[in-house]
Amino acid sequence: MTRNSDIRRNIDGLTIVLFLVLAGLGWVNLVSAATGPDGAVEWGLGTLHGKQGLWLMVSLVLGFLILQVEGTFFIRTAWLNYGMQLLLCSLVLVIGKKVGGARSWFGFGGFGIQPSEFAKMGASLALAWYCSKEGGLNNFGQRFRAAVIVGIPAGLILLQPDAGTVLVFLGFVFAMYREGLSGAVLIVGFAAVVMAVLTILSGAGDLSYPFVGEANGIYRFWILFVVLGAGAIALLRNATLPRYRARITTQAIISAIAALMFSVVMHLALEEVLRPHQRERIQVLFGLEVDNPDADYNIRHAKTAIGSGGWTGMGWRNGPMTGYGFVPEQETDFIFCTWSEEWGLVGSTLFLILFASFILRILFLAERQRSAFSRVYAYSLGGILFMHMLINVGMVLGLAPVIGIPLPFMSYGGSSFMAFALMIAILVRLDAERFSVLR
Amino acid sequence: MDTRFRTVVLLVLFFTAAFILRLFSLQIWQPEWKEKAVTLTSDRQSIPPSRGLFFDRHGQLLVGSRAAHDLMVLPRMLAEMDSTALSGAAQWAGMAVEDMEAALNKAKRYSRYKKSTVRRGIGMAEHARMASTIQSFPGFSFRSRPARNHIHGIAGHLIGEYAEASREDLSEDAFYRMGDHIGRSGLERVYELELRGVKGRTSVLVDARNRIRNTNQTESDDKPAESGQNLFLTLDLTLQQFAEQLMQNKKGSVVAIEPRSGEVLAMVSAPGFDPDMLVGSQRGPYYKTLVSDPDKPLFNRAVKATYRPGSIWKMVQGLVALQGGHIRPTTRFSCDRNIIGCHGPHTRDDLRNAVIHSCNPYFYKVMQRVVNAGEGNTKFERAALGLDDWRERVMAFGFGTNLGGRLPGTSKGSVPDSEYYDGIYGRRRWDFGTVYSIAIGEGELLTTPLQMANLAAILANRGWYRMPHFIHAVGLEGKPLGLGGRVDTGVDSIYFEPVIDAMRQVVEDPTGTARRARLDGIAVCGKTGTVQDEPRKDHSVFIAFAPQDDPQIALSVYVENSGFGGQWAAPIAALLMEQYLTGTVSNERRLNRILEADLMDPYEPEPENPAPQP
Repeated sequence: MTRNSDIRRNIDGLTIVLFLVLAGLGWVNLVSAATGPDGAVEWGLGTLHGKQGLWLMVSLVLGFLILQVEGTFFIRTAWLNYGMQLLLCSLVLVIGKKVGGARSWFGFGGFGIQPSEFAKMGASLALAWYCSKEGGLNNFGQRFRAAVIVGIPAGLILLQPDAGTVLVFLGFVFAMYREGLSGAVLIVGFAAVVMAVLTILSGAGDLSYPFVGEANGIYRFWILFVVLGAGAIALLRNATLPRYRARITTQAIISAIAALMFSVVMHLALEEVLRPHQRERIQVLFGLEVDNPDADYNIRHAKTAIGSGGWTGMGWRNGPMTGYGFVPEQETDFIFCTWSEEWGLVGSTLFLILFASFILRILFLAERQRSAFSRVYAYSLGGILFMHMLINVGMVLGLAPVIGIPLPFMSYGGSSFMAFALMIAILVRLDAERFSVLR
Repeated sequence: MDTRFRTVVLLVLFFTAAFILRLFSLQIWQPEWKEKAVTLTSDRQSIPPSRGLFFDRHGQLLVGSRAAHDLMVLPRMLAEMDSTALSGAAQWAGMAVEDMEAALNKAKRYSRYKKSTVRRGIGMAEHARMASTIQSFPGFSFRSRPARNHIHGIAGHLIGEYAEASREDLSEDAFYRMGDHIGRSGLERVYELELRGVKGRTSVLVDARNRIRNTNQTESDDKPAESGQNLFLTLDLTLQQFAEQLMQNKKGSVVAIEPRSGEVLAMVSAPGFDPDMLVGSQRGPYYKTLVSDPDKPLFNRAVKATYRPGSIWKMVQGLVALQGGHIRPTTRFSCDRNIIGCHGPHTRDDLRNAVIHSCNPYFYKVMQRVVNAGEGNTKFERAALGLDDWRERVMAFGFGTNLGGRLPGTSKGSVPDSEYYDGIYGRRRWDFGTVYSIAIGEGELLTTPLQMANLAAILANRGWYRMPHFIHAVGLEGKPLGLGGRVDTGVDSIYFEPVIDAMRQVVEDPTGTARRARLDGIAVCGKTGTVQDEPRKDHSVFIAFAPQDDPQIALSVYVENSGFGGQWAAPIAALLMEQYLTGTVSNERRLNRILEADLMDPYEPEPENPAPQP
C-alpha cells in the first residue's frame, strides 16, 4: 500500500482543481444558456443542464475509477482502445442517427453518444504508444506511420461528415512536432495560411487589366507573386555565401513554385469545389460582399452578443442577446457568447486565461514525464484542447470560419465532456506514476 | 526545457492574447456592437402624450380622446409568405391582397429592423377580432395612438383637423415621427404646441421573435409622457349647436360675439361637416366627398369668404361722416333717385331715417362730401386724398384687416384706396363719380362675416371693439397674451345714438325691414343687407346686437342666394339671440320655418310673397 499512497500523494492537485473549476463554470454557464433570463430555473433530467449535470456526475465517477487503474493498463490497452474507437467510428457510419446531415451519433433514448469525441482518446493513446516505442519521429517512415495512426480516425470522421472534429485532429501536430517532426511543418503551415488568406482576398472580386479588360483579381496577385518572388530570390542569392548559394536558391525556387501551385489549387477549389454556402462562410469571415444578407447572421449575432457584454457583462441569466434567442446554437457551438455577454471582458479574459493555464499545465506535466508515452499522450491532449479553443473561440469572435465544434467544458454535450474527463483522468494517473518506471 | 516546448507554449500564449485583444475590441473599443445589441433586444417605444382637450366657455367637453389602432409590421420577423399565406394575412387585416403586398414591400424597402404601418385607423371591433388571432401572423403588431373624439360633432371648421403629419412636418420638427398626427387646420394647428404635450419613452426587452420579455427591468431611461394643455374655447356649446342646426340646408355663416370681451360665442360655416367622420378608417371616402362637393363644405366661410357688405355699410358710412364733421345727425338729403335708385316712400331723410329706409341717394351724397373733402386743386386730387382719409377711418372698424388672429386662412377683405383706383384708371383720372358705388356697400368693397359681426360688436359698444378671439384659456395659464386688447374706432360714442336708434326701428317698426328679428321683451337692434349676386338670388345678410342698453351678444348672419336680408338672416339671428339671452325659443313658428327651409339651390324662385326690399 505504500506505493498506492505514493501515487495518491503524487496526484497533481492543480490540474484537478483547474479541471473542476472549468467544469463548474461551464455547467453554471450552461444553466444560464439553457434557461434564459426569465422565470425560475427548472431542474430535472428533461432539461439540458440537468442532462449535462448527469453526464458530469457520471464522468467524475468514471474519472475517479480511472485514477485507481495502474498506468501500465492504458499503455497495454492503447491499441485495443484505438481499435475499438475505429470500430465505433465505422459502425456509426452505418447505424448512426442522422442529425443535421451528418451520421455522428449513437442514440440511446434521450441520450446520445458521439464516438468521434472518444476517438481522440484512442488516437492519443495509440500515437503515444507508437512514439514511445520508436523513441521519437526522426525519419520519414516514422512520421508517415504516425500520421496514418492519426489519419485513419480522422478519415472515418470526415465520412460522417464532421469537418470540425477532423480539424481538431490537427492538434496532434503539436505532439508530433515535440517528438521530432520538423519545425518546417509549422512554418509551412503558417505560410499556407497566409497564402490562403491572400488568395481568398485577391480572388474575391474582378479587376480591370490593361489590354484584357475585366478579369478575376487573382491574376494580379499571381503576377505580383512571380515578379516579387523572383526579385526576392535574386536578393537572397546575393546575400548568401557562395557555397550555400545553389542549394538555397533551389530550395527558394521550389518553395515559391509550391506556394504558387498551392494558391492556384486553393483558388480553383474555392471557385469550383466549395458549395455556395461554404464559400459564403469564408467570404463572410473576410468581410467580403455576400449576396445572401443572412449569410453572416450567425457570426454577426455572436459578435453582437459578445459586444453586449461590455466590461463586466450583464450578469448571470441576464444576457438579452443570448437569453432571448438571438444567437444560434448558443448551448453548444456558440456557448462562449453566453459567457461573454453575461460576464463581460473581465469574465471572458478570466476564462481564456483559465483555459490557457489548463493547457499550459498539461504541457508542463508532459515535460516532467520520464516516460515518452506519458509525454506524447499529454501533448496530444494539450494540442487537442488548444485546437478546440482556437477553432471554437476563433469562430465566435469572427476570426475563424463558422465550423461547428464544441468548446470543452462549456458546450452542452455529454460525449465531449466525458471524453475529456476520461482523458484528463488518464493523464493525472500517468503523471502520478511519473517516478515509477513505466517503460 | 526543450525549445519545442517553448514554441508550443508561445503559440498558446500568442493566440490567447490575440483572443483577449479581440474581445477588448468587440466589447470595449467598438461601441457599435453594444449599440447593435441594444437595438436588437430592446423595442424602444415612444409613449404618445394625451393631447389637450377642447372645452366650451362653460367647461363642457367638445373634443375628447379615443384610441385608434394601426397595424404595424416588422419585416425582420415576417415569415416567408407564399400567395396563400399572403391572402390569408390580407383577409385577416381586412385589406386587398395587392394593397397588403404593396404595404409589405414598402415596409421592407424602408427597413428590415424598424416597424412600418400597414393599415391605419382600425376600429374597435375590428381591432378586437384581429388581436385575437395575431399570434398566427408573426411580424405583425398593433400600435395604438390617441385619436380625436368630437363629442358633439360641431365647430369642425374652427377646431380643425388632427391628421397624420406630412413629410414636410416630419422634416421641420423632430417631435414628429412617421405616422404621428399633427393639427392640420383650425385651432388644432394654431395651438399645436400647447396641445401636443411631451412624448414619453419606454423600452422593453424583446426576444428574437420580437415578443416582449421581462418588462420589470430595473435600469431604464423610461420617461412618462406629459399631457398637452386643454383648450377652453370662447364658444357656447348650446348656441353653437343651435346655430349649426339652424344653418342646415343653407349656405352661409353665423358669427356671434360677446361685444364686451370680443369672445366669439358661435361660429358656423354652412354647409359644414362632421369632424368626427374625419377620424379613423372612414376618413378617406368622407374626405373625398367633402372635397368634391361644389358647395365647398371644408371652406370656412365665416372668416374666409368675402362679400360686398350692401346696405349694412351705410351705418359705417354715416358714422365716419359724422366723426369727420361732414354731416350732423340732423343733416337731410333729398332722395332724388336720379343717379342712384332707391326704394320705399320717403323723400328727404335725416341720418336716422336714411338708415331705417336704407336710402341710397342719402349715402351717395354723404360719400360725396367725405371724398371731396380732401384738399386739392382738382376734383381728382381731392377724391384721392378724401378716399384715403375715408379708408383709414373705415379700417379702424376692422375692415380690410385681419380679425381672425392666427386662425389660418383668415381673409382681410378689401377696402379700396387711391392706389387701387390709380392702378385701374390712372393717376388723376378718377373722381367720386367713378367710385361712388362703395358709398352703399357695393363696388370694390369686400368684407367677411367675421368683420360684419365685429361691426355689430362695435355698434353695441358704441365705438370700440376687442379683437375677436376663440380662446378663453389655455390649460391653467388663462387667456394667452395679446387676445382681447381694446381697439378704438375713433368715432365718438355720441354719434352712435342716431344709428342705434335707427337699428332699433329697423326691427321694431311695423314697416322696418327686419320685423322678423323682433323679440318680445328684448330690445334688438339690427340692420339688414341684401347683396346682389347675379344671376343667382341675393345673399340675405343681417347684423344685430341685443339688448340695446346692455349688449350681451352681437352677430352677423349670412344666408347665400336665399333672398333679401329680412327674409332669412334676420329670423335666424333673432332665434339665436333669444336662445342665448333667455335659454329658450318662444316663437315655434319662426323656428320651424327656418328648420324646414332648404335654401341650397341658388336659382330656385322664391316661394313666399316678396316683401318690400330694404
